[in-house]
Amino acid sequence: MANSILTLAKINKVYNPGEPSEVAVLHDIDLEIAKGEFVAIMGPSGSGKSTLLNIIGLLDRPSSGHLSINGQDTSTLGDTELTRLRGHRIGFVFQYHYLISAFTALENVMMPMLVDHGFPTDAAEHRAMELIGRVGLTQVAHNRSNNMSGGQQQRVAIARGLAMNPDILLADEPTGNLDTENAKSIFELMREVNRTSGTSILLITHNLELARQCDRIVRVVDGRIQADA
Amino acid sequence: MKRWLPFEWIAAVRFLLDGKLQTLFIIVGISIGVGVIVFMSAMLTGLQANFIKRALTSQAQIQILPPDQLARPQRLGAPDIEDAIIQRPSQRLVSIDQWQKIIKQLEAMPEISVVAPTVAGSALAKRGDANRAITLNGVEPDTYFNVVHVPEYIVEGQPRLLSDDILVGIELAKDLGANLGDKLNITTSAGGSRILTIIGVLDFGNKGANSRSTFVSLRTAQSLLGMLGGVTTLDLSVKDIYAAEDLAQHIQSSNDVIADSWIKTNAQFFTAIYAQNLTNMVIRIFVGLSVAFGIAAVLVVSVIQRSRDIGILRAMGTSRGQIMRLFLLQGGVLGFFGSIIGSALGAFALVYWHSAARQTDGSELFPLVIEYQLFFSTAVLATFTGLMAAMAPALRAAKLDPVVAIRG
Repeated sequence: MANSILTLAKINKVYNPGEPSEVAVLHDIDLEIAKGEFVAIMGPSGSGKSTLLNIIGLLDRPSSGHLSINGQDTSTLGDTELTRLRGHRIGFVFQYHYLISAFTALENVMMPMLVDHGFPTDAAEHRAMELIGRVGLTQVAHNRSNNMSGGQQQRVAIARGLAMNPDILLADEPTGNLDTENAKSIFELMREVNRTSGTSILLITHNLELARQCDRIVRVVDGRIQADA
Repeated sequence: MKRWLPFEWIAAVRFLLDGKLQTLFIIVGISIGVGVIVFMSAMLTGLQANFIKRALTSQAQIQILPPDQLARPQRLGAPDIEDAIIQRPSQRLVSIDQWQKIIKQLEAMPEISVVAPTVAGSALAKRGDANRAITLNGVEPDTYFNVVHVPEYIVEGQPRLLSDDILVGIELAKDLGANLGDKLNITTSAGGSRILTIIGVLDFGNKGANSRSTFVSLRTAQSLLGMLGGVTTLDLSVKDIYAAEDLAQHIQSSNDVIADSWIKTNAQFFTAIYAQNLTNMVIRIFVGLSVAFGIAAVLVVSVIQRSRDIGILRAMGTSRGQIMRLFLLQGGVLGFFGSIIGSALGAFALVYWHSAARQTDGSELFPLVIEYQLFFSTAVLATFTGLMAAMAPALRAAKLDPVVAIRG
């Protein structure tokens, strides 16, 4: 694929290698994601979906195999470069939103820019405000994150994931903890972000109905890609 | 968010403010520790300054005495000595040889501020049926009162010494049943005898001194003790009190005299000060250590509580160095604010104790010495201690695997 943003080649992940507790989680994963693609990853619990997402998000390293982001091979990079690449190219949205409770919604969205720049800037605040507006939370921008509903927090988390205008947004069951209505509106928000910004999105979900609305569904079973359509 | 604050500062302060109770408790802990250190240091400095001042205004800083009188061994033609065991002769009251010349020489030395020639000997004071053995100090008020601040000890009368005046200790006055203006008959073993008028009563704060010490004019003492034109001691006041011993040795080596400094004659006092300083230092070290461990304990718990936040921050591109600085700063901030509050606490305790604790005579137990330098150095030290204490928790936070941290 010429316009691929993400390429995984023969990715294996083994935990505690050489020990009695050795577990092989991923087996020879080959996967290619195109720019602007919206991919759902499905599979039973413990199939290795989250590990796959952590490896793609450069939070975890594969035991073997190559991972390239935008054509750049990451297997030779050191911790500092990986951290930098992660900050600039990848956004995360987790199941339990994980906002930092010591900060307001707006500040949480500013956080990736603050971390990157070192100091808060007006530009960062404008961008954060704009993103907060885009997820429909201008009213509660200055609320502490623990003073918001679950749906609102997940919206803030999405806005934060988009703060650095990443190439890829990784979402690990972002709707898993929400009621149907909220789940639907979060999904629609991601769909809209995907359309308007061209950000590739990898979404882990157990919700088949939502997955069907994605461009592509990748099924992971026992650490192997079973179906890709 | 303040525009001029870097990310680590913003996050460190927010994390501290977020765990209010935890932060409050550890700051109170640090404050108490710092308060104890500030209070103890300032009080000891004051007490010592007071002790030294008292010790140095009630005695000469260097005292010059005539050399010991030795018996010369009898010889039966050199080199044989007839009798190797020589009895020490009794020490007669003798004058310092050529004392006028020595005074000139001493006065020319820039290290010495005052030279006071004195005559001291024993005498008998009689009044009616009562008599008491006394130490008769013949002094020149102009010089001697600048070495020993006699006027400061006067409780009644005035510090004047004409030829018929005498200043007596308060106990002696009581023993003789004498009051200001009464006359005493002073006789000495040299055969001198005079009637002197009590012109002032002294209280040295020491019973022994109060029941024996008397001061008369130099000439009166000379004539009473049969030492016309002679002096038994030269009392010196020096500019640098801690250089007194070196100076005394220098004087002794260049003259045929004995020179004793206050450092040598108050060896016990010096040992006491040394022991006090040592105790103070040990207490400071252990209080400092307990403060450091308190900070470390709170931050270790904080790292565990915030491991998810750390994981999220790492996921959004925060480097290990930034995470480490974030926790180091928390330690430094805790130490700094603890030291500010602790210094205020210590200063308050000092002012209170200064007004509450009095000596038996109602005067202050220690002078109130509040040096800003002490607060500054305490703040610097406490901040540094905070940073050091935060080292282990900060390293732990920096090493957290983001995947594990996020999973919780």
